[in-house]
Amino acid sequence: MTTEHDIARPGAATGPLSGRSPRRARVLGRAAARLAFLGPGVGYLIVLLIVPLALLLSYTIFRRGRFGGVVYETTGENFSRLVDPLYLDVFLGSIQTAAITTLAALLLGYPTAYAIARLPRRWKTIALVAVVLPFWTNFLIRVYAWVILLSGPGLVNEALTGIGLIDEPLELLYNQGTIVTGLLYSYLPLMVLPLYAAIERLDPQLREASANLGARPARTFWSVTLPLSMPGVLTGCMFVFVPCLGNFVIPEILGGGRSIMVGNLIRDQFLKARDWPFGATLALAVIAALVVLLFLQAWASRVYGGTGERRA
Amino acid sequence: MTAVPEAPAATQTLVGIQGVSRRFGDVTALDDVTLDIRQGEFFALLGPSGCGKTTLLRILAGFETPDSGTVTLDGADLLARPAHRRPVNLMFQSYALFPHMTVARNVAYGLEREGLPRAEVRSRVAEVLGTVGLTTQAGRRPDQLSGGQRQRVALARAIVKRPRLLLLDEPLSALDKKVRAEMQLELKRLQHEVGITFVVVTHDQEEAMSLADRIAVLDSGRVQQVDAPVRLYERPSTPFVAGFIGANNLFEGTAAGGGLSVPGLGTLPAAGGLAAGTPALLGVRPESVRLGDTGDLRGVVADVSFYGGLSHIAVRVAGHDRPVLVAEQGPSRVHAGARVGLGWSAADAVLIAR
Amino acid sequence: MRRPGLLYVPFWATYVFLYTPIVVLVVMSFNAGDSPYTFEGASLKWYGELAGDATVRQGLVNTLIVAAGSTVLSTVLGTLLAVGMARYSRSRLLDAFGLLPAVLPDLVLAIALLVFYAAVQMTLGLHSVIMAHVVFGMAFVAAVVRTRLSHADTSLEEASRDLGATPLATFTRITLPTLAPGIVAGALLAFTLSIDEFVIAFFTAAPTEPTLPIVIYSMVRFGVTPEINALATILLAVSFTVVIVAQRMTRLTESFR
Repeated sequence: MTTEHDIARPGAATGPLSGRSPRRARVLGRAAARLAFLGPGVGYLIVLLIVPLALLLSYTIFRRGRFGGVVYETTGENFSRLVDPLYLDVFLGSIQTAAITTLAALLLGYPTAYAIARLPRRWKTIALVAVVLPFWTNFLIRVYAWVILLSGPGLVNEALTGIGLIDEPLELLYNQGTIVTGLLYSYLPLMVLPLYAAIERLDPQLREASANLGARPARTFWSVTLPLSMPGVLTGCMFVFVPCLGNFVIPEILGGGRSIMVGNLIRDQFLKARDWPFGATLALAVIAALVVLLFLQAWASRVYGGTGERRA
Repeated sequence: MTAVPEAPAATQTLVGIQGVSRRFGDVTALDDVTLDIRQGEFFALLGPSGCGKTTLLRILAGFETPDSGTVTLDGADLLARPAHRRPVNLMFQSYALFPHMTVARNVAYGLEREGLPRAEVRSRVAEVLGTVGLTTQAGRRPDQLSGGQRQRVALARAIVKRPRLLLLDEPLSALDKKVRAEMQLELKRLQHEVGITFVVVTHDQEEAMSLADRIAVLDSGRVQQVDAPVRLYERPSTPFVAGFIGANNLFEGTAAGGGLSVPGLGTLPAAGGLAAGTPALLGVRPESVRLGDTGDLRGVVADVSFYGGLSHIAVRVAGHDRPVLVAEQGPSRVHAGARVGLGWSAADAVLIAR
Repeated sequence: MRRPGLLYVPFWATYVFLYTPIVVLVVMSFNAGDSPYTFEGASLKWYGELAGDATVRQGLVNTLIVAAGSTVLSTVLGTLLAVGMARYSRSRLLDAFGLLPAVLPDLVLAIALLVFYAAVQMTLGLHSVIMAHVVFGMAFVAAVVRTRLSHADTSLEEASRDLGATPLATFTRITLPTLAPGIVAGALLAFTLSIDEFVIAFFTAAPTEPTLPIVIYSMVRFGVTPEINALATILLAVSFTVVIVAQRMTRLTESFR
């Protein structure tokens, strides 16, 4: 009896040879399973995500090579160039464009999501699929469609001259408004979906309770529905803001090819100017802005911690 | 521990649990548990939630390892074998039926893992489905079955392996009242028929009482008492068991000749061999308390509740903080506010050392 | 119930906004004239042009190779990662790490990989795009499978072990089948993301082997011809059909369950 007792005791294993300890065998088995499941994926991400990112970020302190690449001499030059008004304005302008787009998406997306959530079940699905469908077609072509619509001889100008609002075609393309339109068009579904999920989850009894306690519909919206759907608002804003900030394709197609947003700057450093260290530094600035934003979001979602979910 | 009447089947020890302890961080789930489960018996682990009974069950099944202690099955070390090599099967509380397999495939699963020939698998599955009365449902999927049917599948899937030991985790908790009563009888019949040792874990004392040959009451990771249901009810050996099993009127005091001396109430009658002066608890069941004009205690009826077959009368007794419960057959003759006397025979009351 | 009519103004505005460009694209693809802006009568002329365009065809083939390759790898790695994270790790750092490629701006990932490929002196080609697409594809598969896992009943796996199945048999016979819908959904997601992915492919593909989005990009940038409209219409038709068929199929499988 005592010998069996000893075998079962984890501490009583008498050295590396006592492989019969069930505890030890189980620990080993778990370690093997951990390695088998996590090893390939984590290994892959370390080699093709962490190492490249570390490499990229390390370039921020080096000098540019003559034909691209990098010379391993440390310098602070890249960071001092970052605050050069030439680049700083582009950077701040990008944040502004992304913020305007996010706000526009929220103003258009919230009522849409709210309306979808209140549709009958059958129409709900159709309305949701209809929001996502354009998203499943080529992104570049969708943006290109706006060139056709907004160009000088394009449909919008045709329509406006047709009804006599204007005499001359307007210069609708190649300005910030056009870029915002393109970004909004591309990422609006990313705002509507999380908002819909958040609003749909709300217990309708909460609205009824608010009405029952004497609140008018507007008051109910501001005091109950909106605060409780805040997590969805925050998620949607992140989903829209992040791809807007780093974008270079939409500004290029709708912005007339000038370096208007930080994404274009980065692209140009890598593919045209061949100044990789400065491109890496610009990328670091984008990442830094997003990290700040993520922390803000985490903080805000803690503030709006309540979920008010419908019970099963 | 009190002597136990012979269990009906056999008395040979099947599972020996010796000094088993298990801690999760600061929480002690099992504290030096020692138990014997006998060959062929229907054993119950009973206790409130968090008492450690589920941990013990999972240790037997092989999903947990104790920090210390031994568990043997037929005298051989059970802990050395991984879950899938133990002749022990578990009927899960959620049933854990594989949703992507039919009833027959669910039941065949364990036999296929043993590598048995197909023909044998088929005949054993058919046989066990017959036993639980699900032959016609063999081709259905779990989500097409009722709660009671699902439980039968879970049971069939476990017993088809012919385990040495069958563990049942809260077997009746997911069923509604009517199906419960049916399944209760069914479980007892099956246990007789297949002759497998059953260990049921439950927090429901009625379930344990009606099913089991013997019950181990657990609290805070410790075994409080192991006994046959009737003895557990009539002769609780710890204050916890006295309070946990059934309704009970409990008085605190010190043992005195022929009963318990309670300050303010005098000496209450009880049988028991406790030395005079020992701090003790007196327990007397509501159905053993007589209501009359005179008695050892006097009080005022606070409330009368009628339950059809019997009535519960709560009597407030000065000097005792909780009303004394009395159970009477049929509708009660007394009304709230009446002054009554309470008494019981010493043989019906039990004295427990505190 | 009172219908808040005002609410439906932005609701319809959203759909008009989303679908006007698409309608314009489709109508213009049947334009007989050379202008992408003005409609001069119906014809299938541009579809003929498109059919004869070898660059577009090669781009399509390249894209399908990349999407298929990266989907297979992403699905295997992502599924293992999801199970591993849910069952064998309680590290929140690892959770964040697994999601990182999905939240990182595509441009940052693209230039990081470009820098990395250059540093290890790897020649660019379809393989380098596949490797890059696996980075985010795996993260999306893992996220979808984990959602499925969090709803899954762990007692199923315990039941399997209890019935005598080895850990490997439990994984292949119980874990994988219960996860199957999540794995399929994750694979579809990885496939569609890869097919449409432009930025990362743009930086990691060889100039001689462009994927379809890169071909479209150069068409859009350098020559505005109605051929793009024809291509857009075909791509739209394919996506719409796939989405609708997928929708039908889920409804069908649901009715079987």
